[in-house]
Amino acid sequence: MRRNWEAIWMVARREFVDQFRDWRIVAPMVLLMALFPFIADDTTQEAIEFMGRFGGNLILERLVPFVILVIGFFPLSFTLVVALESFVGEKERGTIEPLLSSPLDDHQLYLGKLLVGIATPLVFSFVSIVIYLILITRRDVAFPSFYLLALVLLLTFAHAVLMVSSAIVISVQATTVRAANLLASFVVVPVAFLLQGETALIFWGNESVLWYAIVGVTLLSALIVRLGVSHFRREYLLGREIDTLNFKQLWLVFTGRFVGNAESIRDWYAVELPETLKQIRRPLAIVLLLGVAAVAASYLWVVVNVPGYLDISPEIENRIKTLVNQNLTDLDDLSGQISAPVLFYHNARAVVIMLLLGVASFGTLGVTLFLVNMGLVGGVLGGASLLGVSPGLLFAAGILPHGIFELSAVFLSVAATLKAGALLVTPQQDKSLGELLLVALADWFRVFIGIALPFLAIAAVIEVYVTPQLLQMIVPYF
Amino acid sequence: MIETNDLSKQFNNNFWAVRGVTLDVQPGQILALLGQNGAGKTTTVRMLTALLAPTRGYARVAGYDVTKNPKEVRMNVGVLTEQHGLYLRMTGDEYLDYFGKIYGLDAQARATRSKYLLDYFGLAEASRRRSGEYSKGMKQKLALARSLMHSPSVLLLDEPTSAMDPESSRLVRDEIARLRSFQRTIVICTHNLAEAEALADHIAIIYRGKILLNGTLDELKRRVLGPMEYEARFADAFDASGLSLPPGVEVVSRSETSLKFRIESPQVANPKLVHALTSMNAPLISFHEVSRKLEQVYLKTMAEAQGLAYAA
Ligand SMILES: Nc1ncnc2c1ncn2[C@@H]1O[C@H](COP(=O)(O)OP(=O)(O)OP(=O)(O)O)[C@@H](O)[C@H]1O
Ligand SMILES: [Mg+2]
Repeated sequence: MRRNWEAIWMVARREFVDQFRDWRIVAPMVLLMALFPFIADDTTQEAIEFMGRFGGNLILERLVPFVILVIGFFPLSFTLVVALESFVGEKERGTIEPLLSSPLDDHQLYLGKLLVGIATPLVFSFVSIVIYLILITRRDVAFPSFYLLALVLLLTFAHAVLMVSSAIVISVQATTVRAANLLASFVVVPVAFLLQGETALIFWGNESVLWYAIVGVTLLSALIVRLGVSHFRREYLLGREIDTLNFKQLWLVFTGRFVGNAESIRDWYAVELPETLKQIRRPLAIVLLLGVAAVAASYLWVVVNVPGYLDISPEIENRIKTLVNQNLTDLDDLSGQISAPVLFYHNARAVVIMLLLGVASFGTLGVTLFLVNMGLVGGVLGGASLLGVSPGLLFAAGILPHGIFELSAVFLSVAATLKAGALLVTPQQDKSLGELLLVALADWFRVFIGIALPFLAIAAVIEVYVTPQLLQMIVPYF
Repeated sequence: MIETNDLSKQFNNNFWAVRGVTLDVQPGQILALLGQNGAGKTTTVRMLTALLAPTRGYARVAGYDVTKNPKEVRMNVGVLTEQHGLYLRMTGDEYLDYFGKIYGLDAQARATRSKYLLDYFGLAEASRRRSGEYSKGMKQKLALARSLMHSPSVLLLDEPTSAMDPESSRLVRDEIARLRSFQRTIVICTHNLAEAEALADHIAIIYRGKILLNGTLDELKRRVLGPMEYEARFADAFDASGLSLPPGVEVVSRSETSLKFRIESPQVANPKLVHALTSMNAPLISFHEVSRKLEQVYLKTMAEAQGLAYAA
């Protein structure tokens, strides 16, 4: 164990020392590191004066943590190159082979590189932050509480881990340093968006909410490291292939998996699709469980908490009911409001978005979005029950008829997304990461095209033409 | 010890770079791997270091299976890679120290070992300079020193002297020969046939991933160039028409003052032949083996493999 950490440390240390020997790397970094706090300090002063004129004390109070977050992020983005070139750079310079021929384990090499990748930017980030903190003691602005400061530093740390772990995956997979640098935007831009969300949390939220961000980012980083280690192959780093994108090959891998051994559509439905469905049994069980839990939780939350916020007097209740009644009785079908194809399109798009988010986060964000939707369903039912409408009845008439198709489609798709995410972080001896991604996508599309799309189409028709009728029928019982 | 059986490698572009290589190199032996550019030498060496996974077949190196115990294999192998692969911002000292650490040597062992190697290869003076400033041959020597740092029992050297001056290649050859006497198992890939001839106990010629020939130098000569040839030279013109040849001996060429024989089994035939000559009072000056170079063997093998005629 001890020897293990020593090895990781050895790999990291060499590189850390190495890069500080090149003034062409050090000079610009030091310059930026030193310059940025002064600029930020100036901006802080501007903001103080501006706020002083127009008021806005809370904003002023949260200004410093926000600036710290930005100062911390800045060096991360420009020192990301250290991680980006960690493997592919050595490959290009030809220094990787002696290292790979040595008795170091895969994970020792990988974690060693990860460590330098994280340590370098953090040195700059934290020094910048300290300079800034010293500078603002001269300003008339609240110094952040120790707790908040710790949270923001922790968040900066989490950002570093997230960005660097993604950058290392890129570095292992890329064939040239140039390609790796081009791919860097796929790391920097999402984290910049994340930063905006966190800024919103800092200004408007309770600071403890930042914990969610920290935990979320850390979890995601852990998954990415897992993905990286499980797809680390010495062999790829010796590969001689140059950057060629073989679309035909990609297409063949994808369609090969999608079609399988089926000779006809019927064959496909009879043999291939059930095979895939069998593989997503476990994710499906998880998704079902989570879905039901989300509906129940949000139903309960609404029923228990909402009355405390809203005071629903019998008078208001009646007014709402009449309104609903009027609307529903005039409505034989929804086609005046929304056409079935459009509804279908919206639902299909939602499912695809869950996939995209899912792939970007190993399934987690896709599932989160799914839970939010389930939560909404629970919320609506809860609201209905507050109005005195039987939630069971509403569910049976207003949701179940189309929901049987729509929810099945969603459940299956989310389960497939989860499965795809899990596949990516599971070590596979014989497949490259790109191949695996194609296979996972092909499996997902089997479920999507084979079941989800037809089901969503049926659901849309029912929702537009049948559900309103059913709702009308139950109105008298409200 | 190195043992391979049907070792093969197919790259993902479906190209078979190595096909069915079977080798056996014992401790104290040197195998020279010869072959054209792109024949598959480096690929074979990389499989022996557990860097590339064999597509088919197996290999045991230093007693470990390359697929099952890659780490143990790497621990016991010293590799000189085709490209030196030095970290150019490190000094020679630091570089050897770093790899010494990776191989788990303690500080004392690292210091003695690296001093010895730097001295031996004449890099002592340059040891505090960054290797980026070294000449090509110096870099190669430092890389060789790296591969010897942990005194591995198996050495895989991919073109060890390609960039070196004659003196340095001599040094390297001597060191390799010395290591053989310490029961190391050694494989050298090289294009330098004189070097292979001087060092190797066994020679394997690889062509498009396949081993065409494998054996000791004498075996290869016999197989490719036929039975040994001996030449007798005479002080004056000698009429050999009455000479009765022992079985397995034929005359290949003759001149007034010399005769060339092709002899199946010299141990049996030569004493008889010399006796026959002297009993005819032939004015014999010398009777010696006609030297045949590895180069002839190699060129002839290559020519035949490509279906070309070989002009000796
Ligand atoms: N990673 C790789 N991907 C695809 N093809 C490869 C790869 N590595 C080697 N090859 C191919 O395998 C063949 C053998 O290459 P190898 O480097 O083993 O040759 P070599 O005998 O060492 O040649 P040289 O004498 O030039 O060093 C070549 O045709 C080469 O193009
Ligand atoms: Mg080679």
